[in-house]
Amino acid sequence: MNPHNRPDEGRLAPRLIEEITRLADSPMRLMEVCGTHTVAIFRSGIRSMLPPGVELISGPGCPVCVTPAGEIDRAIALSRREDMILATFGDLMRVPGSSSSLQEERAQGRAVRVILSPLDAVKIAEEHPDKTVCFFGVGFETTSPAIAAAVMEAQRKGCNNFYLLSSQRLIPPAMRALLSAGKVNIDGFILPGHVSVVIGKAPYCFLAEEFSLPGVITGFEPLDILEGIYLLLRQRKEGRTEIEIQYSRVVQKEGNPRARGIMGEVFAPVDARWRGLGTIPASGLALRDGFSQMDATQAFDLPLQDIAETPGCLCGEVLQGLVRPPECSLFGTRCTPEDPVGPCMVSTEGSCAAYYKYGRGNEG
Amino acid sequence: MKDKRITLSHGAGGRLSHDLIEEYFVPCFDNDPLRALDDSAVIPVQSGQANRLAFTTDSYVVKPLFFPGGDIGRLAICGTVNDLAMAGARPLGLTASFILEEGLSLEDLKQVLVSMKGAAAEAGVAVVAGDTKVVEHGAAEGLYITTAGIGQIPDNVTITSAQAKPGDAVMVSGPIGDHEIAVLMARGEFSLQGEVESDCAPLNSLVQAMLKVCPAIHSLRDPTRGGLATVLWEIAQASGKGVVVEEGAVPIRKEVKGVCDLLGFDPYYLANEGKLVAFVPEKEAAKVLKAMQKHPLGKEATVIGKVTLGNPGKVLLHTPIGGHRLLEPLSGEQFPRIC
Repeated sequence: MNPHNRPDEGRLAPRLIEEITRLADSPMRLMEVCGTHTVAIFRSGIRSMLPPGVELISGPGCPVCVTPAGEIDRAIALSRREDMILATFGDLMRVPGSSSSLQEERAQGRAVRVILSPLDAVKIAEEHPDKTVCFFGVGFETTSPAIAAAVMEAQRKGCNNFYLLSSQRLIPPAMRALLSAGKVNIDGFILPGHVSVVIGKAPYCFLAEEFSLPGVITGFEPLDILEGIYLLLRQRKEGRTEIEIQYSRVVQKEGNPRARGIMGEVFAPVDARWRGLGTIPASGLALRDGFSQMDATQAFDLPLQDIAETPGCLCGEVLQGLVRPPECSLFGTRCTPEDPVGPCMVSTEGSCAAYYKYGRGNEG
Repeated sequence: MKDKRITLSHGAGGRLSHDLIEEYFVPCFDNDPLRALDDSAVIPVQSGQANRLAFTTDSYVVKPLFFPGGDIGRLAICGTVNDLAMAGARPLGLTASFILEEGLSLEDLKQVLVSMKGAAAEAGVAVVAGDTKVVEHGAAEGLYITTAGIGQIPDNVTITSAQAKPGDAVMVSGPIGDHEIAVLMARGEFSLQGEVESDCAPLNSLVQAMLKVCPAIHSLRDPTRGGLATVLWEIAQASGKGVVVEEGAVPIRKEVKGVCDLLGFDPYYLANEGKLVAFVPEKEAAKVLKAMQKHPLGKEATVIGKVTLGNPGKVLLHTPIGGHRLLEPLSGEQFPRIC
């Protein structure tokens, strides 16, 4: 009746906290790269349990948050076309472009559909042969194999009214960019377990080898996260710097070669712009030549504008872990989940939304 | 009636309107005040120790009109009966106003009316007055219903959100979130399939059973839109007290939790249509809980928390791992996340 979490977590969590407290003899700043971790940390109240020396900083791992406004504008432009059905993930509905959002477009009668699986977009295309259906595909390595599978499915079925507007991004290049910029002060990474289900461990090894920073590939249950933090502290205590897998019940060291195979068959890495981080080499995914007839950027006239951030919005700094959301002067005043200024307040997994929803007066 | 669908003529006030009412509405809601078909229904008031009236209204729009565990008609009866019940009132009569979309099938209308009849019978209340209007095709989605209800409050009962007192036990009458997840699945938008049924039910007899053992219940709310979190927060705000909830004690069905995990939804914000939250004086808690658990609609009732002097106006959630966080009211709409 209460499937909240694991039955033994009430017993195990205090023991992990005790170990963490014992090992936290000097300050340690850990970045949880992924928004799913940020939300899980807040929901489970982990921040309220950690010793003062262990600080958690939210990173750039929210796909909605790092999508530049110009790319949202392109999706909006598509949704305004005659006979267009634009399908996308729910998180994107409220993200402000330069002058509108997909939610506002839907309110004005545009056909914008929220879907859970990219395959649903192919289904919509099949059901509406007289319409043009475009899937606005945003996401990281967790989502890309499913988007690739949908593209292959559309091709197999000969769906010539299906298009993809790809805004996919890759996590490891962003972390390299973050560290290369040299502004962020971090002692270790809590790495997203579901990304490694696909990519495995190897793409993170540069963190330890080139930047001497430890990382633990971590699951999303409260006990997983506590154990991830514990393993990072233990590495420091034992003088090790490596990438460990906490989430071994799900993650294989080599990831999922088959999923990567599908991704590689359909997509090629391209340079991509990230909000806050700028253009990062080989950090995005575009359709390969064999699939380019489905590429919305080639099929439609979709110029990509460079949209300036709203003055005062610190989403860029928040995404790099340089400031905490409450340090932004717009936080909770001009920028709220009901009326967001920046993307970090929009997505359920954005750091600002998580701080707003779970974090106010809730730390320590 | 030859037409199988609602047309604008059904709303023109002429013979077709009359026939619609005589053939569909009156036989279904059959009761003396309605049958009179006068401009107002006249209903008797029970004399005695109930000198205050509760009076409420609500509009119902839901897509799809029919979903597992209920439909718009059942919702329209239960919602208003429950609003009366949360004031401790015994319902005296309901009114129902219908906005029908041109093209609505009469078969669907009939099914909704029969469902309303059934829900009203469960609640022991009659729909004593009503109205219908027809709008052009495309101006509504099938049908919308507005119900209003009036009820009498026993003199020894005073239930308001402001009355929560430190020490009060906080109870829910059963697992949360069923209604919203059932409707979400019935929409079929997310290709989700499952066995979750809406909890849509009239709670007045459950409330009467609770008041029978404890007329001094401080606060009662039905956590509809905005869910448990919003109702608890509103009571904390209205009373100026704190509320502490043990997350591990909040009942949630496995299927509902599963969908929430998948979509990134927080179950505390999901709508319910047949659940209540009660704030009961500490000493009376065991008695009230027992009375709830004996009632078919309260079998899974449980204590989830208590009222505190500290943290006034706030709801603090104790997590199973020993941490805590604030439960804030719902802001905006919950959208499914990406990964």
